[in-house]
Amino acid sequence: MSEAAGLPMEPLVQRKRSIRKAIGSNRIAAGAALVLVLIILLAALAPWLDLGDPEKMNTPNRLLAPGEAGLMGSDKFGRDVFSRILFGTRISMVVGVAAVLVAAAVGTLIGLIAGYLGSWQEYITMRVMDVLFSFPSIVLAILIVSIIGAGFPSIVLAIALVQTPIFARIVRGSTLTVKNIEYVHAAEASGATTWLILRRHVLPNVAAPILVQLALSMSGAITMEAALSYLGLGAIPPTPSLGSMLSENRSSMEIAPWTVLYPGLALALIVLSINMFGDAVRDYMDPRIRKG
Amino acid sequence: MFSFLARRMITVFLPTLLGLSMLVFGAMHLIPGSFVDVLLGVGQDISAEQRQRVVAQYGLDQPVPVQYVKWIGNVFTGDFGTSLKSGKPVASEITSRLPVTLELAVLATIASLILAIPAGIVAAIYRGRWPDTVLRMVALLGLSVPNFLIATLLVLFVSTKWSVLPTTGFVPIADGLWPNLKSLAMPTISLGALLAASMMRMMRSSMLEEFGKEYLTVARSKGLRERSVVMTHALRNSLIPVITVLGIQTGYMLGGTVIVEQVFAIPGIGRLALDAVNQRDYPLVQGTVLFIASAFVLMNLITDVIYGLVDPRIRVGGKAQ
Repeated sequence: MSEAAGLPMEPLVQRKRSIRKAIGSNRIAAGAALVLVLIILLAALAPWLDLGDPEKMNTPNRLLAPGEAGLMGSDKFGRDVFSRILFGTRISMVVGVAAVLVAAAVGTLIGLIAGYLGSWQEYITMRVMDVLFSFPSIVLAILIVSIIGAGFPSIVLAIALVQTPIFARIVRGSTLTVKNIEYVHAAEASGATTWLILRRHVLPNVAAPILVQLALSMSGAITMEAALSYLGLGAIPPTPSLGSMLSENRSSMEIAPWTVLYPGLALALIVLSINMFGDAVRDYMDPRIRKG
Repeated sequence: MFSFLARRMITVFLPTLLGLSMLVFGAMHLIPGSFVDVLLGVGQDISAEQRQRVVAQYGLDQPVPVQYVKWIGNVFTGDFGTSLKSGKPVASEITSRLPVTLELAVLATIASLILAIPAGIVAAIYRGRWPDTVLRMVALLGLSVPNFLIATLLVLFVSTKWSVLPTTGFVPIADGLWPNLKSLAMPTISLGALLAASMMRMMRSSMLEEFGKEYLTVARSKGLRERSVVMTHALRNSLIPVITVLGIQTGYMLGGTVIVEQVFAIPGIGRLALDAVNQRDYPLVQGTVLFIASAFVLMNLITDVIYGLVDPRIRVGGKAQ
């Protein structure tokens, strides 16, 4: 995740080819995108799939093997594992999208202002970003959870705070390049307001790296949600989460390995497909890798 | 070199530490009411007067900036306050847990280096052929599979199916080196996978970049063997970006230890921080979070300095990003 920020991208202004076309020609990216779409569809349609309540205990049915009860068996409380995975994925996706969108919006705004205005505004905002960036994400999350308590609102806030500086740095870097190009000078000379220049002339030209980072941040956010829920700082039982399924079923995993294997596989598949998709998009944007 | 270090200290390192301490301090003081409640024990019948005395005793009635200055002054003298639960100084709690976390982090770093550097070189040499494809897939897995999932799978397969290694728990080094290393084997793998994967990828791409440069053509045309072209000329230059990844990722590993220590019940700093949150032991949360984050910032400074040492262009170039 930190690697992305280090790779310089080609001058943003000259790029015209469409990303969609590049993904179409890359089989790995296309496969990853297909898997992602399937997962999102399954998760979105989960309430209408008639899988059984993911939270209701049904003790007579506990620890049934896959096939005996549902597609992926049942856990120690008799809850359907497949149903819990799908509902857990729903929550992961919602938390991830919410956190990443907040981070992207705030980070982009800060990056634009810092990069374009420079001077003390840049110094102050980027030092604040440095401070947020100087926490290992899980530690920042611990700090937040210790204040507002476990649960999804604090997780979204924690993940957004962790991701904001990444967007701010990327956008600031691109803005520094774009602001010295003639059309921006022309806009300044013709008396356009700062806000108009940022919105109409700078933002569209720094958008590409933001899109790449959205994918990378999404996989980071989903991993974080799972990690925090694993540690008991996120999802509050009986709410299903891929992370908490791994920890709550640990005691029964020797006799019922499906209770941890399937949630683990689901999590790995989601993160892997987002990463492969994000990698393909990034490789496409980095000319050194594309040509080399 | 010295002026480079001084500049980094003044413009980045110290302001970051200052902001960090303010954030940690401020965060804890968003909950002053509950701090007193934890101190006194919830549900106890306490008169307003007694409560007021406790507030005064901890200086909570003073303006927040005054409290901050006092607190940071104490921190500089090594006084992080007292744990509410154990009654011991936070500083001694941290120092007693530090060696375990350090050992785990060092082991994970060494293991990753041993795996990642050769793997990256091999992938670069066999670029586009099957060894490259396989190694890149493994690296992508290492980046995508979270450490607690690796840990769970390791416990499931290695411990319970084959019972080769202990499932959880930590054996201190005083009880023998071999049992100690055995108890840390699975935690090391879980913690090091991400570092190994990102270093291998950086090693590969940085090696490939060097392959395209002219000095290698010169080296080859001098009649040097391919082996020495790769191992001496290309390797040295391609290690520079790998150092940065190592530095940054070692910092992130401090966060990873929180999870890994929890999974394997290892008594390190990460577990201390997590227990502190669960027990609402605020001074301990404050101390451990400040400590881990400061270590992370220091790690980044060290990375910068080493980077400057290895690549003179960075320190001479003046304005560092």
